[in-house]
Amino acid sequence: MARFLIRRLLWLIPVMFVVAIITFVLMHMAPGGPFDKDPSQRQVDAVTQKALNAQFGLDKEEWLDFGALSKGDIVGFFDTQFFTYMIGGTVKGQWRCGFICGNLGLSFRQRGLTVQDIVLKPPEGKAPWDSKAGYSLRLGLLALFFAMLIGVPLGVVSALRQNTPVDYASLFIATSGVTVPNFVFGIFLIIIFAVFLHAVPVVPTSWDSPLVWILPTIVLGFGLLAQTARLTRASMLEVMRQDYIRTARAKGLGERVVVWRHMLKNALIPVVTIMGPALAGLITGSFIIETMFAFPGWGRQFVTAIQQRDYSMILATTLIFALLIQIANMTVDLIYTFLDPRIKVN
Amino acid sequence: MASAAVAGGRSVNQAITKPPQSLWVDAWHRLSRNKAAMFGLALILLFFFLAIFGPMLAPHDPLKINSGKGFLPPAWMPAAWVSTNNVGDPQFFLGTDSIGRDVFSRLIYGARVSMVVAIIPTIFITFFGILIGIVAGFFGGTADNLLMRFTDIVYSFPDILFFVVVMFALRDTPIGDWGNGLILLFGALALVNWVGVARVVRGSTLSIKEKEFVEAARSIGTSDRNIMQKHILPNILSPIIIITAFAVPRLIIAEAVLGYLGLGLRPGTSSKEFFVTSWGSMLLEGQTAINAQPWMLLAPAIAVALVVMGFTFFGDGLRDALDPRMRGAG
Repeated sequence: MARFLIRRLLWLIPVMFVVAIITFVLMHMAPGGPFDKDPSQRQVDAVTQKALNAQFGLDKEEWLDFGALSKGDIVGFFDTQFFTYMIGGTVKGQWRCGFICGNLGLSFRQRGLTVQDIVLKPPEGKAPWDSKAGYSLRLGLLALFFAMLIGVPLGVVSALRQNTPVDYASLFIATSGVTVPNFVFGIFLIIIFAVFLHAVPVVPTSWDSPLVWILPTIVLGFGLLAQTARLTRASMLEVMRQDYIRTARAKGLGERVVVWRHMLKNALIPVVTIMGPALAGLITGSFIIETMFAFPGWGRQFVTAIQQRDYSMILATTLIFALLIQIANMTVDLIYTFLDPRIKVN
Repeated sequence: MASAAVAGGRSVNQAITKPPQSLWVDAWHRLSRNKAAMFGLALILLFFFLAIFGPMLAPHDPLKINSGKGFLPPAWMPAAWVSTNNVGDPQFFLGTDSIGRDVFSRLIYGARVSMVVAIIPTIFITFFGILIGIVAGFFGGTADNLLMRFTDIVYSFPDILFFVVVMFALRDTPIGDWGNGLILLFGALALVNWVGVARVVRGSTLSIKEKEFVEAARSIGTSDRNIMQKHILPNILSPIIIITAFAVPRLIIAEAVLGYLGLGLRPGTSSKEFFVTSWGSMLLEGQTAINAQPWMLLAPAIAVALVVMGFTFFGDGLRDALDPRMRGAG
């Protein structure tokens, strides 16, 4: 077990590096840097630009500094933009540790703020969960609870009442949740509840009232709800036909005990395993929903950052999201072994 | 009793004398009995029809600006739903957009993008997915290791995030101009999605290559290439078809999402061009007028939902028809 964990954790390092390299290459292929070539912005004069480049380390080589290597300077060889961001390097004569120390870098556009300030720090006088990441995390968790609290019972009931109107109704919900893309579903809900019924504002100005959270939560969680209901139904149907269920009934156990203790406990194993990736997907995949509802979360920040070519913000977001997905998958593998002792890691 | 036994015996005899059905005929019979799948197929064919014969079907030029006729609601829409004083014009079936272009005609032309996205990247991902998957599964070793490591990386990269980064980065470069920006879009979609196909192909190849008939082929000196082509590939077609069918709706959704973020197709400027608009761009245009003119948003949203539903139903049906053991799963 420990060996498995250590190997998975070590494997994280190359994966993160490759993800960083891909993002870095793509970002730098985009015409226009954060300061210089954006024609819609006021042009920065040469002296300021040089100072800015020095401050953000843009005066360094992008990948590897062969000029320094030819002088025999091994440290200088790696003292480049990429390695300064990932590991660390000297910026304005001072050594700064990079991503591996949890330092997400200075934002290029929101002057004087680091990326972790923007994402993790709540506005003045607010609680920690009012930060951008806090908002996204809350929305993701709410959507997860919504999906599980409705999806699991829906699947169980439709399996217990197979081929009855209840089953068909729940299958209809599940199918529509799988077939209608979530942003299209969002559009439908906004038009119905915000435009026609005026029940909630189309674009809320404040997210303090619980009412305005309802729509984004439903939209974000609906796809997962459908998936959960389908999976629960399928796995319940399989478990119901097992010999040990017949045995349980034969020895005279009450229906309630059979369903809760014998069926549900086994049927939920596959459901639990999709929860990890689902939560990661909800947090990372929410940026289209966040954009739609003008939600003050991390996802919308990413969309803005990419429009502004905020290199460090883009890189940090991609890396954190990739990390989240990896950790989620790893957690599932671990949970699986606890739930189903027949399965061995490796 | 006796007659029942005779009848039973006869039907057994008939079953024996009946020529064996191939997997495909059998699958088609199962598929054609599946109402949802047939409904999906009908939807798919309808949208292909719209995409191909768009210019003949569209009542108006999708780019023609009818000045003074902007934001017209559909004529059949109850007045209570319309918050402006504009009155619908029967010749614009689904109303008009901000500068008076016919929404219905634009919707028909928009079908082209989604349908092309359903075909071209799919061909790429199936081709490369099969090629790489079968080689990795058959030879194992370094090729297999590389594939699996690459898969790990692709799976840890949130895919929509990757598309967004690619489209932003390369849109203003020469590559981003080809084919109204669609070539770049196809490239990005294909780059991520072939991995899923390759994994399935690899898994199926691993199980098939241990079978006796592969060993037999090898013992009579069949070349590796022939074994892969003639013995393994025909036996793993079902999982390939199933995974491809499920990839298509995801590709269409990705295109629509990117269009909605303003990163998809670059709309053509003359109606002679093939790609005049896409449903994603129509969603983006509609989003600005969501309060007063919801029809501009509803029409493309319903179109996307229908086409995705068509492909999903058809894919579900294909899976049930080709792999009966999978019925009802997932």
